[in-house]
Amino acid sequence: MDLNLLLDMAVTGYGDRTAVSAGGDALTYAELGRAADLGARLVRRIGADAVIFVGPSHPAYPAALFASAAAGVPFIPLNYRLGREQLQGLMAAHPKALVVSDEPWIGEDMPERARSLRSYLANLRDDRPSPDKPDVGPLSPGQSDDVAVVLYTSGTSGTPKAALLRHRNLASYVFTTVEFANASDEEAALVTVPTYHIAGLANLVSNLYAGRRIVYLEAFDPQGWLEMIRSEGITQAMVVPTMLARVIRFLDGADARVPTLRTLAYGGSRMPIPVLEEALARFADTDFVNAYGLTETSSTIALLGPDDHRAALTSNEPGARARLGSVGRVIPSVEVEVRDDNGAPTAGQLPGLIFLRGDQVSGEYAGESVLDADGWFPTGDRGWLDDEGYLFIEGRADDTIIRGGENVSPAEIEDVLMAHPAVADAAVVGLSDDEWGQRIAAVVSIDGDGDAVTSDVLREWVRDHLRSSKTPDLVAFWPELPRTATGKLLRRQILEDLSSTLSAENLATS
Amino acid sequence: MLKAGLRLACPHCTTEVVVVRAPADDVVLTCSESALVGVGSAREETGHPTTGTDGMLLGKRYVDESADLELLCTKAGPGALACDGRVLGIRGAKPLPSSD
Repeated sequence: MDLNLLLDMAVTGYGDRTAVSAGGDALTYAELGRAADLGARLVRRIGADAVIFVGPSHPAYPAALFASAAAGVPFIPLNYRLGREQLQGLMAAHPKALVVSDEPWIGEDMPERARSLRSYLANLRDDRPSPDKPDVGPLSPGQSDDVAVVLYTSGTSGTPKAALLRHRNLASYVFTTVEFANASDEEAALVTVPTYHIAGLANLVSNLYAGRRIVYLEAFDPQGWLEMIRSEGITQAMVVPTMLARVIRFLDGADARVPTLRTLAYGGSRMPIPVLEEALARFADTDFVNAYGLTETSSTIALLGPDDHRAALTSNEPGARARLGSVGRVIPSVEVEVRDDNGAPTAGQLPGLIFLRGDQVSGEYAGESVLDADGWFPTGDRGWLDDEGYLFIEGRADDTIIRGGENVSPAEIEDVLMAHPAVADAAVVGLSDDEWGQRIAAVVSIDGDGDAVTSDVLREWVRDHLRSSKTPDLVAFWPELPRTATGKLLRRQILEDLSSTLSAENLATS
Repeated sequence: MLKAGLRLACPHCTTEVVVVRAPADDVVLTCSESALVGVGSAREETGHPTTGTDGMLLGKRYVDESADLELLCTKAGPGALACDGRVLGIRGAKPLPSSD
């Protein structure tokens, strides 16, 4: 089970269809198949042991992925927004890699192993024999157990870790969740998630296996995104919550007017309920899908589908209504277990640590697997399952605040804060405290017209909705909160910045 | 023993499959009565007597529930696949909503 098999099937099944287009450049499935073969020969010729891709969404991205698979070497997409020093640090682990990138310094440092996106793709379209392209003989394509992709996890809490996804993980995700060639001729998916993120990768391979045309939008802005849906007749789109929030703000109460858009999928970080409710109203004829997954699980492992959204929206029963804030049910090919701190399954609907098992679950980092003896992967996320199997995510276990011996989930307080009409964004972190172990600190950004909101007003608001032990001990106001490209809060940075501001204030007043 | 990810082919027609879900017990897989072989094995395309079926369709998943077996057809062919003599059916499960 490998990615080569998947591409072969697509080439046989619908080779003439457009696989991917971006900024006027496009590849059919048959062209992608040829590019993969030529790209694999290039890898062999220069003796590369990996292919690194540093760039935005572009047809060179799928070409480089499938060239790696055909050559039997790992594909390593890196975050092109990182600085030179950080990129060099990550690249140092792969000194023999071919690097496809538009960063000018990469070409200067190692011209023989660097290609720009455009020249790389142009080269993979040219299959004329030439003296500087000697025959390399038969290829040894990647197999089931070989590493297909290395993804550096976003590292919101520390140094990025190299997560390994083997061919069997990715192929089994696609084979068990997507029906081959299920897309009709006119279907097109608009992709705005980053190339170096699991969502960008999973999106590519599943749309390819469905036979859907992929349209890349390089730089996201709400107006450009809406216009692209209209001009390209987009039927499927995927966004992260921060993008949807920006679209909603841009629409400012108007309807989205995107009649072709059948499905809008979202994921990557927690979706604020007020944003989702507003989006459901503005995109009244579009089906919504919430996908939850991790890098280490080859993306989606739970889905809240269109029917679930409708049922939750129209229900008067609080339990059913609350499911709008869940990530839906775990897909049939994956098993879930919620365990307490001692490793025993939690009783009833009590929260605990989420464990997952299945063929798509890799749970492996460079050098070590973190799967237990029975193949379960500790996600590091805390959550709980309701009586109908809907999974609710509280957040990273590491982020849980322990105040006076009581476990407090930041997400619960953030949701309440975000529901306040004046609050645009909110983060809750735990500050070390000699008396309580940790104190609850909230950092919020305020909508333009919310000048009158004070710390006391927001603390009162939380106390009314939750209880006093979950009320923030302090509230700080920042113009903006730091988030990753997929909308995850950079909690470590928030905690550091907040702590240093507070200690500076303490020094000033003492 | 079958294993998920194993790729098999019919020795006498173009059909190729990959095992998606493998049964715990040993089973015999055949394509119109010829035992399946590994994808790399020598094959001779002599064809099959008429099967009266649609043959194996590219990208369809085939199941035998009693053996907990699931195969994915990666190359189409005219044969009919069977597990311990039971002809496999196309998996008709409700598709998941598109999340990508």
